Amino acid sequence: MDNNKTTTKIQELTYELKIDDVMCKNIETVSSKMPISQLRDVLYKKRISGVPVVNDDKLVGIVSIEDFIKCMEQEEMDALVEDKMTKNIKTLYADEPLVHAVKKFEKYGFGRFPVLSRKDKKLVGIITKSDIIKGILKKLESVYHDEEERRYRASHIFNDIVADEVFLKFQYFVEGKNFDKAGEASTGLKKTLYRLGLSPDIIRRAAISTYEAEINIVAYTDGGEIIAYIDPHQIKIIIIDKGPGIPDVEKALQPGFSTAPGWVRELGFGAGMGLPNIKKFTDKMTLRSTVEKGTHLEIIIKLSDYRNED
Amino acid sequence: MKLMEIEEILEAEVLTGEYDPEIEIEIGCSSDLMSEVLAYGEPCSILLTGLTNIQVINTANVADIKLVCFVMGKIPDEKIINLAKKNDITVFITKLTTFESCGRLYKNGLKSCSYFDLDK
Ligand SMILES: Nc1ncnc2c1ncn2[C@@H]1O[C@H](COP(=O)(O)OP(=O)(O)O)[C@@H](O)[C@H]1O
Ligand SMILES: [Mg+2]
Repeated sequence: MDNNKTTTKIQELTYELKIDDVMCKNIETVSSKMPISQLRDVLYKKRISGVPVVNDDKLVGIVSIEDFIKCMEQEEMDALVEDKMTKNIKTLYADEPLVHAVKKFEKYGFGRFPVLSRKDKKLVGIITKSDIIKGILKKLESVYHDEEERRYRASHIFNDIVADEVFLKFQYFVEGKNFDKAGEASTGLKKTLYRLGLSPDIIRRAAISTYEAEINIVAYTDGGEIIAYIDPHQIKIIIIDKGPGIPDVEKALQPGFSTAPGWVRELGFGAGMGLPNIKKFTDKMTLRSTVEKGTHLEIIIKLSDYRNED
Repeated sequence: MKLMEIEEILEAEVLTGEYDPEIEIEIGCSSDLMSEVLAYGEPCSILLTGLTNIQVINTANVADIKLVCFVMGKIPDEKIINLAKKNDITVFITKLTTFESCGRLYKNGLKSCSYFDLDK
């Protein structure tokens, strides 16, 4: 970002942010009948240089460390806060844009302004220059983060491409018997779907189903592949391998049925829940298998709620 | 429940460095069977497990689990921690047993994952 652009962005933020977004809400107050001598504790313990004076929820003044020091010099420590506080105070409303606070700080040179709610004029916070700086920095950070994220988002792709029909195809290769790599295809697909801007529920269902199928390729075959086709209406994922195939598909689909060897079980799989899980999380599931030839699993997840981000 | 609260309740050690203090952990589950974890209909936010292989992190990733806690003092290896970090998954370890860990969290108000039904 060049200098000019940063300045404009910060100016923009001072209009966008409300005083309520940056002010300190956890405020200390004192009552007007408190003796000045007790002020020391309040200011010292909270490490603040001034505190609003409030009677029955109504802001009546502000008393600062300077007032305290003056009283000390003139040996008036028994005086009440109401006699020494500043009475005609400038305030801000919580719903005002930050730029109003910036202007008031420039105009009056005060260290802080009490903030009132517009509705009932009650004290709701206090704002200092450092609150403004902190608030803007925090906002800049989140703006930057959002921009980064958007750069990775490809959800506009379906809108940008001009064609009667658009299919995106993603292909992943899965190694057999290599449990260290198992999951790479599904987690890769998950990240891709996220960048396409699909809804979290859809992504989760697709990722879990693909992951269970990927684990099966790793556990039972010498390898295979996963191909995902995405169009504006659905995700179709095809998971294929070259054998050994499933002798009884009907049985394999039953919850609890498993031929998993010990090493698969030790890794937390092989409870016979993989295929039933896939069925549960998808809108359509077709399993075809020929012994010695291989297995072909096709799943479909509908995108009725496809989020068309602009 | 915030991560910090869970860290305290489980007397846990954090293996993935700093975590986001704002993350809200609402639902918990516990299992050494990853297919069981994957079968829950709703995303759990914490998984307690005695299993320490890389598939625990992949499971957490695909199922949107934000916090994995290994129980009984089991220490996962570097590869597992790195994969977790890469996927913004926080990893705790606790010396407590699974039963004790779940019990403490439940007592402190963490909800259980809803019962799952494989017949849809
Ligand atoms: N791609 C595959 N190739 C060969 N057999 C498979 C394949 N996928 C599943 N199976 C068989 O179907 C059974 C049930 O699979 P699944 O429901 O995923 O449970 P699990 O993997 O826990 O055993 C497996 O135990 C295995 O016998
Ligand atoms: Mg399986």
